[in-house]
Amino acid sequence: MHPQRKKRLQLILFMVVAIGAAVGLLMYSLSENVNLFQTPTQIANGEVPVGRTIRAGGLVVVGSLKRDDTGLAVTFQVTDGAATVPIHYEGILPDLFREGQGIVALGKLDESGTLQASEVLAKHDEKYMPPEVKHALDQAHEDGKAAMQNPASSN
Amino acid sequence: MWQWLVRLYHRLGSPKWFYELTGKWIIWLALLSGVGMLVGVVMGLLFAPADYQQGDSFRIIYIHVPAAIIAQSGYMIMAVSGAIFLIWRMKMAAWVARAVAPLGASFCLIALFTGAIWGKPTWGTWWVWDARLTSMLILLFLYFGVMALQRAIESEDASHKAGAILSLVGLVNIPIIKYSVDWWNTLHQPATLKLTERPPMHPDMLIPLLIMIVATYLLFALLVILRTRNEILWHERKRSWIQELPEVAARIKGGQR
Repeated sequence: MHPQRKKRLQLILFMVVAIGAAVGLLMYSLSENVNLFQTPTQIANGEVPVGRTIRAGGLVVVGSLKRDDTGLAVTFQVTDGAATVPIHYEGILPDLFREGQGIVALGKLDESGTLQASEVLAKHDEKYMPPEVKHALDQAHEDGKAAMQNPASSN
Repeated sequence: MWQWLVRLYHRLGSPKWFYELTGKWIIWLALLSGVGMLVGVVMGLLFAPADYQQGDSFRIIYIHVPAAIIAQSGYMIMAVSGAIFLIWRMKMAAWVARAVAPLGASFCLIALFTGAIWGKPTWGTWWVWDARLTSMLILLFLYFGVMALQRAIESEDASHKAGAILSLVGLVNIPIIKYSVDWWNTLHQPATLKLTERPPMHPDMLIPLLIMIVATYLLFALLVILRTRNEILWHERKRSWIQELPEVAARIKGGQR
């Protein structure tokens, strides 16, 4: 290769690598701030200040959803498997909100440790399938569980 | 093989060769991408089953995902062309970079727009400042910056260099977009399509998506080729081979310029 071109190639490669490293370090140091939401574990560990607006994200605990009889208020718990955070919200929930589903709630922690949410967003996963397949999968899962519990009756 | 690549590379540097070669491709690219899109859209909208969670609103994936993939591929093509121009001073590369920029920006805009439309019924919001959405918005601004620089300076050569350097600086954003959903907590879900794993998507939904991705790539190739040919016609307009082209000669004869 022509020496001048080689020099330019090296310069460009160096530039791209240097910028990559700089931005990489920047992102690494910012990583906590780039996260959209805090996990229940982080909240339980006291990493989140009381009274400041934060986002909390996790899975809605199955069986934890309680609706107010008169208004739109709901309370539910959100978990990441290790810790749970209670959330209180007044408003219309997104269509995809349901127990077991991932959600992100924007709000402030009160003294009792409940997140008083002003906005609840639903997450959805990267899996796509028709309802019948989902139903069949769930059914197979249930059957499998039943077979594990009483192996004698399954034969 | 290497020899062949070097020869191809030198040929690609020739505007005349590129113009003549791609002239034969236009019709095929148009036909294939048109048929592909028609098949993909009909399969995706009419025959693919509804999703167990999202119902019919997931179907916007057939525009959203191809547009987002092209926006990122287009950026990489633009940056590599810019590097080739900076290193080897090949003007064809600069013209390709200039042809790609507004097209990539358009696909990026389509991805952001369809994403917002998809977000409202599923997440409950049009927009959220999570890492994936924000890095994609930065991609759009990078495209705008490159487009501006490619035309900002009086000297065309300097303009191309400035655009190429910004596009190389912005290249760092591409892996950030790709891995944003893995590195940080985001509202956007992780990638469905991965090279190493079987996608967690039912085949009846997946096949139209793959068809749409291929068809959109063909459309993008067609548009890039058409725009590059325009750049060639403009920059080489005083050359005899252009004036001897049948389509140009007829116009000169007819008094149109």
